[in-house]
Amino acid sequence: MATVAALRKVTKRFPGIVALDGVSLEFHAGEIHVLLGENGAGKSTLVGLLAGMQQPEEGEILIGGKPERIDSPRRSMDLGIGAVFQQILLVPSLTVIENLMLGGSWLRPLARAAALRRFTELSALLGVSLDPDARVSGMSLGEQQQVEIMRALWRGEKLLLLDEPTSMLTPQGVADLGRMMRRLREQGVALILITHKLLEAYEFGDRISVLRLGRVAGEIDPERLRTLSEAERTEAVIRMMFGEPAGEGEPAVEGEAPREGHAPREGHEKEVAILLGRKLHDAHAGNRSAPAILSVRDLSTTPDFTETALHEVSFDLWAGEVLGIAGVDGNGQKHLAEALAGQRPLRQGRITVAGTDVTQGRVPERRQCGIRYVTDDRLGEGTVGTLSVAINFLLKEIGAPPYWRHGIVDWDLIHRDAREKILRNDVRTPSEFTPIGKLSGGNIQKVLLARELDAEANVAILNKPTYGLDLQNQRLALDRIGAAAARGVAVIVISTDLDELLEISDRIGVMFQGRLAGIVDNDDAAPDKVRRLMTGAAA
Amino acid sequence: MTAREPGEGAAMTAGEGGAGATATVLRVLVPVVLALIAGGLILLVLGKDPLDYYGFVLQRSLLRWGGAQETLTRMAPLLLIAAGLIVAFRAGIWNLGGDGQFLLAAVASAALAPVLSEVLPRGPVLILCMMAGALVGVLWSLIPALLKARYGINEIITTLMMSFLGTSLANVLIKLVLYDPNTTVPQTRSLAVEDRLPRLFGTSIHCGLLLAVLAVILVHLMMTRTAFGLKLQVLGANRAAAIHAGFRVERLTVVAFAISAGLIGLAGAVEVLGVWGSVRADWNPALGLLVVPLVFLARLNGYAVIGFTLFFSALMVGGETAARRVGVPQHYVLVLVALLLLFLALVEYLDQSRRKRMAMKA
Repeated sequence: MATVAALRKVTKRFPGIVALDGVSLEFHAGEIHVLLGENGAGKSTLVGLLAGMQQPEEGEILIGGKPERIDSPRRSMDLGIGAVFQQILLVPSLTVIENLMLGGSWLRPLARAAALRRFTELSALLGVSLDPDARVSGMSLGEQQQVEIMRALWRGEKLLLLDEPTSMLTPQGVADLGRMMRRLREQGVALILITHKLLEAYEFGDRISVLRLGRVAGEIDPERLRTLSEAERTEAVIRMMFGEPAGEGEPAVEGEAPREGHAPREGHEKEVAILLGRKLHDAHAGNRSAPAILSVRDLSTTPDFTETALHEVSFDLWAGEVLGIAGVDGNGQKHLAEALAGQRPLRQGRITVAGTDVTQGRVPERRQCGIRYVTDDRLGEGTVGTLSVAINFLLKEIGAPPYWRHGIVDWDLIHRDAREKILRNDVRTPSEFTPIGKLSGGNIQKVLLARELDAEANVAILNKPTYGLDLQNQRLALDRIGAAAARGVAVIVISTDLDELLEISDRIGVMFQGRLAGIVDNDDAAPDKVRRLMTGAAA
Repeated sequence: MTAREPGEGAAMTAGEGGAGATATVLRVLVPVVLALIAGGLILLVLGKDPLDYYGFVLQRSLLRWGGAQETLTRMAPLLLIAAGLIVAFRAGIWNLGGDGQFLLAAVASAALAPVLSEVLPRGPVLILCMMAGALVGVLWSLIPALLKARYGINEIITTLMMSFLGTSLANVLIKLVLYDPNTTVPQTRSLAVEDRLPRLFGTSIHCGLLLAVLAVILVHLMMTRTAFGLKLQVLGANRAAAIHAGFRVERLTVVAFAISAGLIGLAGAVEVLGVWGSVRADWNPALGLLVVPLVFLARLNGYAVIGFTLFFSALMVGGETAARRVGVPQHYVLVLVALLLLFLALVEYLDQSRRKRMAMKA
């Protein structure tokens, strides 16, 4: 089989870390090559190198057998390499065909006829039917991703990189994407699929490579993959991800029969559960005999430019209960969180906490009642990146005693307490004076969780609490949420990752177009019911 | 000037200093020296002797006692404006309407002072007039402040527009309403020299300078030591975080605007009550925009701004005479300021990339 692209002993360093360390990989035509690995394993750096956004420091990249210097995204596209990233990078106010023509030369006039020819060609290739003159802002996320793929293939279709393409799609969208990938494979395109979900890797992948700490930890080739059962595949992958260093020689796919079928490596059961999307739910079961601690009635907000507004959302929440909020991104989740936290004005509705009406209260009053909110935008909203870790611990308490008396600050006390909080919450930071923007996402999230899940919390809203974290920090965040619920905090977890919600929730509500489409108990039938609700159908 | 938010950059909080102090001083001194050298080269190209020019500047503005007094007097309004700008910029607000706020406040206090002097003793008159100046400054900032707080309308545009309106209105007031009929050139009634701000220890420096230094120190303490100052810093660095943390962002915006414009208005009043005694039509020193680069050179640090103001004030006082003597245009001083900004940015850039390289090695 023809090798489309190859990496030879490629090394790339960033300040403080080696992102890729002597990585050699080959990508073949007509093959879907899955790259598995935790965050920070080097997957994104690899994409960046092939997409021309970064250059390797050592080693070389071969395209079609020839060493190439991919020094710009344009060069990458000219070589027939296309990349689709996690976020949609289209201009919403332009039409499909306009977005596709954007990459052209500065001075040459736009050639619409030629562009339309290419558009038709790619539509046939992908098996999709899009209106070239439809405005992107009116399209579903799945359709927008199809446009992204077209743009990636616009100047040639040798190699297509897909970086966690399923994370924002509905089940139907994932199925469509799978169909497209298989079509491209039949046309001889080499595909690289980056994911951290094992089941996806099995479903779509012909070849699986595992990256760990910047190195190739092992590879399962197509013949091998076909002969292995699902349990054996899992065992092999887990070993590569967590097990003995399988760097040299043959990767650790040979093997003793998996112990007790599925049994994962010792000490990694929880990470494996996340990888497999298996349920690990131990119900905290809120105490339903007492009255609901949070009661929301007919909550509506005013639409703004980007986010979907709420329409008459009502639900009750009991102490110690975890309510998951599922739904495709942008169906009103953000407004729900902000409206509850008190940072977004309500159009109508009523919110009561432990029997007290807090509808009129803003953030400080809501915090007084024990409402806490961990935002999904850690650096853009949750913290001030240029200010110190110590200040960010107290961001929502500025001016409050004992740290401020009569409005005058006591820096010594703040920094002393911050040191203690840093130790207690295992925040990895050079010091309490370090600007928080310099910390990793996982450590910033530790600060936010410590700030919000404090002793006085009654109701905690967490918006995508594990988004962008590596497995260890995902685990840690979920553990802290579980611990808070066990303490009696009523928890709302908003996430687009259904597996995660199935793991930690007692009940799961689904947001669809600003409405709470339904709430289902987290039992065996829940996944199907939730998926149906996500598409707007009744449960 | 870059387009970044003014509130960005190193935060002014406790825990800095120590070993970093030398580096900070160097980061300021190196660009100053480079700017003076580059400015000298320009003079050489023009066929003038740079040492002559700098010598005249130094002699006129600092070495001669009379010149030094003039330099220090010139600092008073600059410092007050700088204090006002620090508050606004720290809160992420581009108050570029300083000229209008300054001039209207100057006209208000110039009109009020002679009238009040007829009925009240000097102390109360001066205090009332300074308060009036500050108040007029605040009033003139209200429209941009409310538009920004309520509708998020860009204050760069609104403050600049209000500044044009303000300077024009000041002129209109002098020419139509407040003019002194006993003079040929339209100007307000003059405040008698003995009724102006008291001089310090028999010098020609008026006590507005003390007031200005005090204001800068108070602003610095407010920004570094109080909850209010920290809230303004949060607002300036990340508006979404300020909303998230539950600050009353609209109120903070209006208050920061008011403090800023009030201090600039105070500058106008002090300049009139201490130096001029009246305002002539078409008088506009345009200090509001001149101080903006100084404040950024000082990285919004109150103490550093005192040094830069002294430097700039000396250049202004000495530059006029020196330019005449050496035979270069008077605005050559502005060339020096521009060079200074350029080199400051350059040194900053080099310093940053050096640190990045060091981080790579570590």
